Amino acid sequence: MFLPAERKPRHLILIYGLLIAGLVFVAVPFTLMISTSVKPQQYTFEYPPRLIPREVTLRNYTQALSKDLFFLYFLNSLGVAVVTTACTLVVSSLLAYAFGRLDFPGKEALFYVLLMGMMIPPVMLIIPQFLISKLLGLLNSHAGLVVVYVTMNLSMQTFLLRGFFESIPGELEDAVRMDGGGRWTIFWHVVLPLSRPGLATATIFTFLYSWDEFPWAHVAIKETTRRTLPIAIALFQNQHLTQWGQVFAASIVALIPVVVVFALFQRHFIRGIAQSGLKG
Amino acid sequence: MAALTGEHTERAGQPSLPAQIRRARTAYLFLLPGFILFVVFVVYPMLYSLRISFYDWNIIKPAKSTWVGLDNYRTLLESPILHRAVLNTLVYATITVPGQMILALVVAILLDQNIRGKTFFRVAYYLPVITSWVIVTLIFEYLFNSQAGLINYLLRDVLHLVDEPIRWLADPILAMVPINLLGIWKGVGWSAVILLAALQEIPISLQEAAAVDGAGPWHRFRTITLPLLRPTLVYLLVVLVIGALNVYIPVLLMTDGGQPLDLTHSVLTLMVEETFDRLNFGGGAAISYLLMAFVFVISVVQIRLLRQRVEVQ
Repeated sequence: MFLPAERKPRHLILIYGLLIAGLVFVAVPFTLMISTSVKPQQYTFEYPPRLIPREVTLRNYTQALSKDLFFLYFLNSLGVAVVTTACTLVVSSLLAYAFGRLDFPGKEALFYVLLMGMMIPPVMLIIPQFLISKLLGLLNSHAGLVVVYVTMNLSMQTFLLRGFFESIPGELEDAVRMDGGGRWTIFWHVVLPLSRPGLATATIFTFLYSWDEFPWAHVAIKETTRRTLPIAIALFQNQHLTQWGQVFAASIVALIPVVVVFALFQRHFIRGIAQSGLKG
Repeated sequence: MAALTGEHTERAGQPSLPAQIRRARTAYLFLLPGFILFVVFVVYPMLYSLRISFYDWNIIKPAKSTWVGLDNYRTLLESPILHRAVLNTLVYATITVPGQMILALVVAILLDQNIRGKTFFRVAYYLPVITSWVIVTLIFEYLFNSQAGLINYLLRDVLHLVDEPIRWLADPILAMVPINLLGIWKGVGWSAVILLAALQEIPISLQEAAAVDGAGPWHRFRTITLPLLRPTLVYLLVVLVIGALNVYIPVLLMTDGGQPLDLTHSVLTLMVEETFDRLNFGGGAAISYLLMAFVFVISVVQIRLLRQRVEVQ
């Protein structure tokens, strides 16, 4: 908004002032979570509440992690999220390539059908998906989670990736074709490598979605050992209403993979969104 | 026919009919895996759900379900619990959507400035977005707890606004406060990133040219930035309203599924409870269809209205 040439010190103060004020609102809840997770249990409800713990202990972590199959839940979540992300990337890249770079009868109509998927909120489909999964024997299994997660991500990720694929110059394709390369060669060796920011953005969105997903996993998984983390954490809190230290210790561990994925891919992230059709 | 118009024949050595068919076949192969999933887990479920909504659905023996016509819908439309859930959900949308959009616009403009520490702020503001709904809901529950919650402490001992700690989650109206604040807090970063991406597409030369003509920052914001952001704002509005109408996790966890007295339900918590706790699949499907229809209508209306306004200008 302010051009570099006309920026005055008071502008800078205003900008930083607002950014830091906002940061306080973002940071306080997280700080409270972290500090509660390292407080001894008797200080969970200390009054006045303290953001900086007076005594630091890792007891909450050792207790939360050793209990209730936490490690298994973590692995369940990780497996489901990784497989979902990989499958989503493959399937939606294929779709996006067809919609972005190929001509075929019915292209427009099919694309609109797919976009419709972005307007349907996932939770609404839970009832019939539950009945169909029951029919296909997918209830209570991680495969059942993965197929639904992949499907619920298809519309948005295809839309996002199509924006990238369309922006790749046609001459590159022509060059490959002159060398005798077919569509698959172009897809694997030209289009995908050139769309890294798009794939990174899709990875972040899909991984976060499947790591975070609650409603479907809540309904589809009843077998204790197959639960994913969000379910496990919510149930744990429900059963141990005052054990906030342990709840937050588990939550922080559950946050680690998400932060790692985001840190790895965030460099591409804004660019990814800017280049895709996503911003409207 | 298109081949005769000359447009296509100009493009190097294309479409003999067999070649066209071959190309279309390749295209359909690319589409196949995605569309199988999409049909089995989205399109078919939508139709299936519609059918269920007209039945008193028998979950054990579907064949024994009885057709009840519009009874499920009728019962729902008369149910005070659903009315309350709809009201709560609409309030949530009315508060959180503008809240997120306005704050996100401010944040995006700030992050678009060429300042030191940009990346740090960007990542920091995005943290609530990448944190799972379950976790942020629990954090807010703890922040607002009535024993030693930080919010109650601030209100009572720092600001002296209340004498007694407020029991936020025990009151159906007060419970909306943490739920709505959470909705805004969690969502701002996402909208800000989308807006930031759009801001960065606006060529700086436009701003510079206007500055040369003597337009100040505020004037430039109104005449250049805002109009160019309009498509993005429309997109955000539509997506955020859909998201808000589907609020689920924070309501479920904070209010323990509609407590007290089923007065704090959102439409979806009610739907899931009706379906999977009371095993009324027909009623649940009917709720989902009512919501889906509403979401569809409201999205179309928003897109229409906002498009028109752009054209008028």
